Parts: sequence; structure tokens; C-alpha cells
Amino acid sequence: MRLLRFVSAALTVLAALQSVHAAPAVTLKATLLRPGDDSRLERTRLERAYLGHPGGAAGDGIQVAIDESQFELEAAGVAVELANQPVASLEAARAAAVAAEKAGAAVLLTDLSAAWTLAVTDAVKLPVLNLGEAADSLRQQDCRARLYHLIPSERMRSDALAQTLIGRKWTKLLLLVGPSPQDQLRAAAAQASIKRYGLQVVASKPFKLSADPRERDLANPLLLTAGSAYDAVWVVDSDGEFARSLPYRTVLPRPVVGDAGLVALAWHAQFERFGAPQVVRRFAKAHQRPMTAHDWAAWMGGKALVTVATAAPKGPAAAWALALAKTPLDGSKGTNLSFRPWDGQLRQTLLLTDGQGVISQAPIEGLLHRTNVLDTLGADEPEKLCKVAR
Amino acid sequence: MHHCPRIPCAAALTLAGAAALAQGTAYVTSEKDDALTLIDTATLAVKGTLATCKRARHVQLTPDGKIMVACTDSHVADVIDPASGKSLRRIPMGEEPEAFDLSPDGKTIYVSNEDEGATSFIDATSGKKLKSVKVGKEPEGVKVSADGKTLYVTSEVASMVHVIDTASAKIVKNVKVGKRPRRMAITPDGKELWVTNELDASVTIVSTTNHGVVGTIKFEVKGARAEDISPVGIQMTRDGKRAFVALGKANHVAFVDVAARKVTDLVLVGKRAWNVTLDKAEARLWVVNGLSDDVTVVDVAGAKAIKSIPVGRVPYGVVIVE
Repeated sequence: MRLLRFVSAALTVLAALQSVHAAPAVTLKATLLRPGDDSRLERTRLERAYLGHPGGAAGDGIQVAIDESQFELEAAGVAVELANQPVASLEAARAAAVAAEKAGAAVLLTDLSAAWTLAVTDAVKLPVLNLGEAADSLRQQDCRARLYHLIPSERMRSDALAQTLIGRKWTKLLLLVGPSPQDQLRAAAAQASIKRYGLQVVASKPFKLSADPRERDLANPLLLTAGSAYDAVWVVDSDGEFARSLPYRTVLPRPVVGDAGLVALAWHAQFERFGAPQVVRRFAKAHQRPMTAHDWAAWMGGKALVTVATAAPKGPAAAWALALAKTPLDGSKGTNLSFRPWDGQLRQTLLLTDGQGVISQAPIEGLLHRTNVLDTLGADEPEKLCKVAR
Repeated sequence: MHHCPRIPCAAALTLAGAAALAQGTAYVTSEKDDALTLIDTATLAVKGTLATCKRARHVQLTPDGKIMVACTDSHVADVIDPASGKSLRRIPMGEEPEAFDLSPDGKTIYVSNEDEGATSFIDATSGKKLKSVKVGKEPEGVKVSADGKTLYVTSEVASMVHVIDTASAKIVKNVKVGKRPRRMAITPDGKELWVTNELDASVTIVSTTNHGVVGTIKFEVKGARAEDISPVGIQMTRDGKRAFVALGKANHVAFVDVAARKVTDLVLVGKRAWNVTLDKAEARLWVVNGLSDDVTVVDVAGAKAIKSIPVGRVPYGVVIVE
């Protein structure tokens, strides 16, 4: 009996020696909170495939990141485990966050509206990774010390567009703004970018989707784009239907930018540089669809989990939280990406796309910044728009 | 019909028939042409193109003096006889081959299969896949030790160098290096493995005896920030005294004193300096510039660029046949 035990112990040692990978002793548990009934993911909306809108569930991108990192996770002896939790209301989101924290989650990931994201963040003491909400309020007046943003803010996207326009010397703009409250907020971001980069709005008009002849001044692209001289039409349309029909229907032969025509995004499946095609291929292989900007942000959420898990393979959760703030991430955009210490936003290159390919990148070439040129996109430190100390 | 980069197709056709075209020729691969660009090393003028497989990337000379090109989209290596300019055969390299190395006897090809996250051992004669080793995602650089016993493979996603025993095809060690490791060089004494880290502006020096990290060289370029310095290609002189590192987006190549582990010179070249190759005399360094579609020839003694020569679209690597 004793001898047997000895032999078995020896065999175990031998097996351990043969394997380079130790069995994971530590598991980083993370929970994704997402809307249970997500109108963005209804079939008819997904079929439209508007640029800048989600192409599918956030869990898809996170899982690709975790799966592709099995090698380094195993080598470090740490595992990453994702729970995927749909929530039906703000209260349910808050309760699910508290339950996840109690069950040992070290990080929460959210693909929720701004209000729900805040409720979740304030209910726990964990780092929260915002994957899908671009609202500037979460980076400014409603920022939180533990809240990180993987998806670029509205300001970052409009700054990228404004830089591109100034780079082309297309300085005179006709601004067309949709009717929703979100359109108003995004138009304000566009105006801030226009001011930051010295562009000029020659006219700003509201538009409305309508076939009513009495409302044609608001709905007819020809009427909307007549009456002034401009270099480009900047359309703010969070819904997407009006913007899609605008290019080639303007009175003047001018490009459309904003939510159709040329659009600034975190990612596009046709990006050819920095290993991006491999990422897109892995995603398409796993989920049979092109990888959108939202998918990239979700994938980066997964990459962030893997990065902190391997940076501190023994944990504990406090070490992971610390690593999250400090460790740069690799987003296959050719440069190190890191969270801005002043508002938790992931600084990143943005891609300018017409939907068919990637036309250019922002920050545009030649632009200077005193510390990091990526900080020419979005609210910069001296603006002090987030008052919370991190 | 293949696409002829930059120069008329007629020139390529006349070339194929010419004898002894290899004397003093640089062969440059480019990802978007399915062709190699040939440059006369004496006049530094483009003298033609050679059709090859699709998306030609890593290129090396075999021990018997043939040109071997790995083609990612054709999943093969093209073996070209520089004397005749003809393709001798195509060797299956597994899915999406990127970079490779040959065993010292030339019998085995070790190749990184970037989409699979694997390193394949290929029989160079039969083209049969002998073994496959699972490694971190997006494997890139492949390097065999001089005795052929140890294989080093970088994984861009895992930020590791995998140390593989070639006899057993097993990973013996995973060495954590800088972010996005790319290419490697081994010092001629066999003691150190130098690894370029694209997203870390550095080279990690790994001991080949215990596989520990023994040093790091951080690159700095005046006027460029650390995030704009993305080292990729590396080559050492035969005496092991100097290393040359292409600094990617910083548009420079660094000359490094290997013993001192210090940068001695920085030479301005083209955009996104990608891979580097020395000529036999080690008098000139050929630098392939991925984003300016050209190669820059650098005078090593003077540490100065002599000429930049337009080649195909998205050039990747170069070999020189003298």
C-alpha cells in the first residue's frame, strides 16, 4: 500500500514535469451584464448593419479574446471564467451586479445604457468595463473611478472625423441633426469637435424621416442640402435610416460624413494592418459574421481580462484591479492602448470607413500632442471634465 | 495573368530567359503582387520581376543556394532556382504560413501558421507535415539553433517565445518577453537569443542555456515617442559584434553594439522599416519598408542610406544572391 502510494506520487511528479503548463490554480471570474431584451439586436436591425451599430451580442467578442488566449493563460497557471447575465431593468442590473460580486466576480463587463451602467458601477466595489455605451456623460460629469470604457466616446469619434476633415481642408460644413435626444447630445459632441479643430458650420438644420408633403423641408434631402455652400454634409443620425439614404442625394456634389458616408469607428472588418485580418478571421470563424466596432470593444474587454490575469496570475482581485489601470493593451491597431487616468477611457486609434473599406486612420498624420497623440481624440486631461480622482 | 509591380510585364518575361541572372541580385517579396522584385546589387536598379505564389512574405536562402519564399495565401513555399529564375517546386506549408526556418541540414522546414496558432515541421523533400506544435496565437518569428536541436517561435498574441525541442516536438519553456514579439537572432556563439518586441520599443535578450531573460535594449529615436518605435526585423554580423534592428514606424534602423548592448547609430530609412538583410561583405544593409513600398540600401561603415528603390506593394523581406 505504502509502495503504491509512493509510485503514484512519483507518477504525479513525472506528469507535472512533462507538462509545461501547470493546472490553473487561480480563476479570474468576470460577469457580463447585458440587456435581456435588446432592441439593438432585433433581427431587422441587425440586417440593416448600420455603421457604428452593434452586429451581435457583446459576449461573442469577449469569448473570442478568452479562447484565443488559452495558451498564455495556461502557461501562467490562471483561468478566466465569464458568466453571461441578461438583465431586464435597471433594478435587475443592480441586483445582478451585487450577486456577481458576492459570487466572487473580480470584474464586471457591461453592455448597458448609461443609466444602467452607472447603477451597476455604484452598486459594487469592482472594476466595471463599459463595452458598448459611447455617451460622453460617462467620461465627464457622470464618470466613476472604477469605470473603464473600451468603446470610444462620441467625442472621440467626432474628433476623429473633424481631424480628417481639416486634413482634407473641407472646412465648411452643413450639419443635419436628427430628432432624438441622443441626436441632440451627439450633435453637441460634433459641435465641440468642430470648434476644437477650427471647422465652420455654415448651417445647422434638423431633419425628420417623413413622406408627408407638409414636412418636406425637414425630410427631403435636396431641400435640406440647398441654400448654402459647404464642403461636406455632417449628418447626426443615431437611428441610421435617414443617414443611409443621404449620400448622392445632396444638391451639391459634396461628401456626407458622420453617421453615413465617411464614419469614424473603433474597428472595421476590412482593416488590413497590424494583424487585424487575423483577429477578424478568428471572430468570423467563431460567430459567422463580420467583426464590428462593438465587437472589437467587447473583444478588448476580454483582452483586458486576459491581460490582467496573466500580469498577476496569482491574483488577488486587488492586484487585477491595479493591473487594469496600469497595463497597456494590444488591440491589433499597431500601438499600445491604455486607459486614460483622468476618465478611464481607452485611448485608441480610430478608423475612418465608408463601410466598404478603411479609408484612413485618426489621429491623422502630422498632428501633434504634448504627451500622446492618441489624446487628440476625446476629452483631454486639461479640460478636467471628469472630477473624480482615480 | 500575374500582376507585375511597378515595371512593365515585358521586362519580367525577358528576364525569365536570361542566364546567370542571379549574379548580384536582391530578391524582394511583397504581399500584394504575387511576384518578387529583382534588384541589381551593383547598379541598385530594378531589373525585373519573377512571378511566385500568392502573398509572398518570409524569404530565405536554402543551404544549397535556392530561394525559398513562404506564401500565406497559397499555403505553400515556392522554391526558386536563382540561376534560371524558374520555380523548381512548391512545398505545402500548412494553413497561412508566415515565417519559417530550415534545419541546418536543410531537410526540415519549421514554419509558423498564423491563423492556426501552430508551428509545423515540414519534410522539405516530400512536403509532408511531420509534426505540429500548438503555440500561442499569431505565431511569427521562427529560428533554429545552430545544432538544430532547439526551435524558437514567437507568438504575437501571447507575447512569448516558445522554446521547442525539435526531436520530441514539445515545448520545453515559454519565455515571457516584450509585447508583440516578432523576429529573432542568435548570437554566433549560440549563447543569446535576441527577440524584437514590436509594441515594446525593445529587444529582449534571452539566455539559450537557462532560457531566462538576461537583458533588454530599449530603443529611443529623437523626435519619436516610444509608441512610434516598433522593432521587427533583426540581423547580426557573422562575428556577432553588431546587430541591426528595423524600428518600424520610427522609420529608422538601429545599429547595436552586441557586447555593450548599446545603440551606436540610427539611420533614417523608409516608412515602417520591416525586415533587414546584410550582403555577404556586410558592407551594405538592405532595409524593406512596408509602408513606402521601397527598400533602402544602407552603407554600414558610414551609417548612411545610399538609395531607396521602389519595389512591389507592401514589401516584406529580401534575400541577396551574390
